[in-house]
Amino acid sequence: MSIAIAMVLVVVGSILFHVLSPWRATPIASNWGFIDDTMGLTFLVTGAGFVAVILFMAYCLYRFRHVPGRRAAYEPENQKLEAWLGIVTTIAVIILLAPGLLVWGQFITVPKEAMVIEAVGVQWSWSFRLPGADNQLGSSDVRYIDTTNSMGLSPADPKGQDDLLIASSELHLPIGKPVKVLLRSIDVLHDFYVPEIRAKMDLVPGVVTYFWFTPTKIGEYEILCAAYCGTGHPQMRGKMVIESEADFETWRTAQQTFEQSRKSDASRDKRASAQ
Amino acid sequence: MTDASVPQNVAPPPAEVPDVDLYHAHSWITKYVFSQDAKVIAIQYAGTAITVGILALVLSWVIRLQLAFPGAIPFIDANVYYQSVTMHGMIMVVYMLTAIFLGGFGNYLIPLMVGARDMVFPYVNMLSYWVYLIATLVLVSSYFFPGGPTGAGWTLYPPQSILTGTPGHEYGIILMLVSLILFIVGFTMGGLNYVVTVLQARTRGMTLMRMPLTVWGIFAAAVMALLAFPGLFVACLMLLLDRTLGTSFFMPSLVELGERKDYVGGSPILFQHLFWFFGHPEVYIVALPAFGIVSDLISVHARKNIFGYKMMVWAIIAIGVLSMVVWGHHMYISGMDPWFGFFFAVTTLAIAVPTALKVYNWVLTLWHADIHFTTPMLFALGFLVTFVNGGITGLYLGNVIVDVPLSATLFVVAHFHMVMGIAPVLVIFGAIYHWYPKITGRMMDERLGKIHFWITFLGAYAIFFPMHYLGVLGMPRRFYEMGETAFVPASAATLNIVITVIALAVGFAQSIFFYNLFKSLKYGAPAGGNPWRAASLEWQTPETPPGHGNWGQQLPVVYRWPYAYSVPGAPEDYLPQNAPPMRGEHSP
Repeated sequence: MSIAIAMVLVVVGSILFHVLSPWRATPIASNWGFIDDTMGLTFLVTGAGFVAVILFMAYCLYRFRHVPGRRAAYEPENQKLEAWLGIVTTIAVIILLAPGLLVWGQFITVPKEAMVIEAVGVQWSWSFRLPGADNQLGSSDVRYIDTTNSMGLSPADPKGQDDLLIASSELHLPIGKPVKVLLRSIDVLHDFYVPEIRAKMDLVPGVVTYFWFTPTKIGEYEILCAAYCGTGHPQMRGKMVIESEADFETWRTAQQTFEQSRKSDASRDKRASAQ
Repeated sequence: MTDASVPQNVAPPPAEVPDVDLYHAHSWITKYVFSQDAKVIAIQYAGTAITVGILALVLSWVIRLQLAFPGAIPFIDANVYYQSVTMHGMIMVVYMLTAIFLGGFGNYLIPLMVGARDMVFPYVNMLSYWVYLIATLVLVSSYFFPGGPTGAGWTLYPPQSILTGTPGHEYGIILMLVSLILFIVGFTMGGLNYVVTVLQARTRGMTLMRMPLTVWGIFAAAVMALLAFPGLFVACLMLLLDRTLGTSFFMPSLVELGERKDYVGGSPILFQHLFWFFGHPEVYIVALPAFGIVSDLISVHARKNIFGYKMMVWAIIAIGVLSMVVWGHHMYISGMDPWFGFFFAVTTLAIAVPTALKVYNWVLTLWHADIHFTTPMLFALGFLVTFVNGGITGLYLGNVIVDVPLSATLFVVAHFHMVMGIAPVLVIFGAIYHWYPKITGRMMDERLGKIHFWITFLGAYAIFFPMHYLGVLGMPRRFYEMGETAFVPASAATLNIVITVIALAVGFAQSIFFYNLFKSLKYGAPAGGNPWRAASLEWQTPETPPGHGNWGQQLPVVYRWPYAYSVPGAPEDYLPQNAPPMRGEHSP
């Protein structure tokens, strides 16, 4: 008996918690509003199912509780009812799945005009690379990594010489332009995660993965790692700054190219050996 | 008027071939230690699983204390935190839940429920337990090696799991992999036994479609485990070789903390495929026995046949088959080919249909029933609430695009704890309260049982329901400390403290259960052979607890399904499976 009351309270409590909870998704800062919409739809459909099933059960528990003299009915099955329930559930599942798959189709279709940048993960920090004047990223491989080439760019690849290297863990992006983020790890699995963007993707050593989004809100956002990568995992942070096109250009022109960084490293080494 | 299809007054042929005989124990050691009796092996399995489960419970307190009071407890550093997360997860999923459902309930209930004298391979069955025990000891021994147990997360993803940035990379990871390999060897021996016993050793009249759903659930889970564990087996073996001999099955060229490693050409994603090829079926290896048991608990204590038995059996089979082709939903953001997303989202959401049908049938069993709110029934009902709640959040995580923002957050942690942590554990408790009288001959204390239920059910729901919302907020899992993070408000830390306080209380409240368990051994009311007035075969043994060989001189003969409750015209509200047919009876 008290279990019937408890179930009603669980349902009411869960709905109240959902409505009153201060813990909600962060304000979205990308084009992926459809993801939020699909999730909202899922909340409605599944929430209705949860409430219906548990309240029906609570009613049964109250109505058919044992009292002296009660005897249960004998009904092994009711195929018509079972078929109907199967059909209704299938329809509900399709209602959830269809929009989900449509949005997934968008998620994996990168716009042609997307600006390509690269995020590189290493235990436990982020660095970034933007294409230079040729608008192309040069090739890379872990075998090129040394103290003056922490991202492992190919020294012989002409496309890579003008690439802009950002070692400061701070990535700037212009608002309103689609970005394809290439993801590369040089040690273990990481995951590029900015909650406000909604999208995230693993970095896998040995392959280059990617995802895309369009920033829609000016501001500063924290980049976290969402794939456990060892004891320093929570400290692996970066900053993503979404700004106007003009501010972005100012920032970009201040960055060092691969060629410049090699030269300045070489001259620093020379000074060090002269002393 | 007599029904021609039911033979009247004709003695059935003997159910047993005379030359079958069991190994009879001659000493205390062979009777209770190196025992070949499935019932003793069951208790050994369950005892070991519960013991190691208590360790996992204590580890969960370490995790919760750190999340609520980061840095405040001196002995919990990042290493200890990640080691606790890893050991808690692996112990609960493999060494506790899998072992207790298949090795514990499977061993105890399969022979009794299908009318067999024992498992078909008693010696192999004994070996299964001892290898499992060794596997468990190897795992726990990692606490005594330099560097301690592995802190790689229970998923053990390379390259991180075998590199120096992860605690336990010296010995812990090796012991973990060796232990898992041993576990699978031990399980395979037991699993073959469960499957063959169900197929070969059923008594006369016990057709497949007259088996209790408990047996169906355990049988399907054992088949799945025999197919899925080899995936984990090769993954562990190859990772062990990568770690010890420097092979490159899963290790690509990489630079670790500035040092170039010799690995070349391996694929970290391949490991994930192998791991989840095991890992997802594993969820159902735990869930299907729970589904079966809960069906029987509800039916017995509601005095009504399970609604839609045939549908329940087919749903178990459909879930078993589908669950072998959904593993990719753990890898939507792993960097695998994104086109897989379409396939795995469709298969994953398709599983919702047979699963939902099972839920409907459990609930419909209550319709026009005669519901007794016994402790086992309360736990079964608690399971329904937590399972429905945890099941529907699976629709978020299975629907590939909705998974993208939620994956790797506390939403996932809340989901799987609700659906495959709390829900199966509630079933385990319900099952223990239900079958304890058969196992010991005494009843457990109902009052203590109910106190235990209320604290555990409401407490567990209060722990994991709010946790979903921290995940929606975006709080990542596997963070030793959140630190200063702009999007996380101070209230999230408060909620974490509340959750931790409840978790500690619910954890300590389990002592009520253990007190009841041991006290009732001696002081429990004598149960008699069939205290719940249940129809299935295990309650019809000549002795309680059942002796070696289960059935005395003669095997029972089965005349009907195990759900003959409140049959019209029957003198009582249940008809045992082995009671001779009533005049004009049409039971399935």
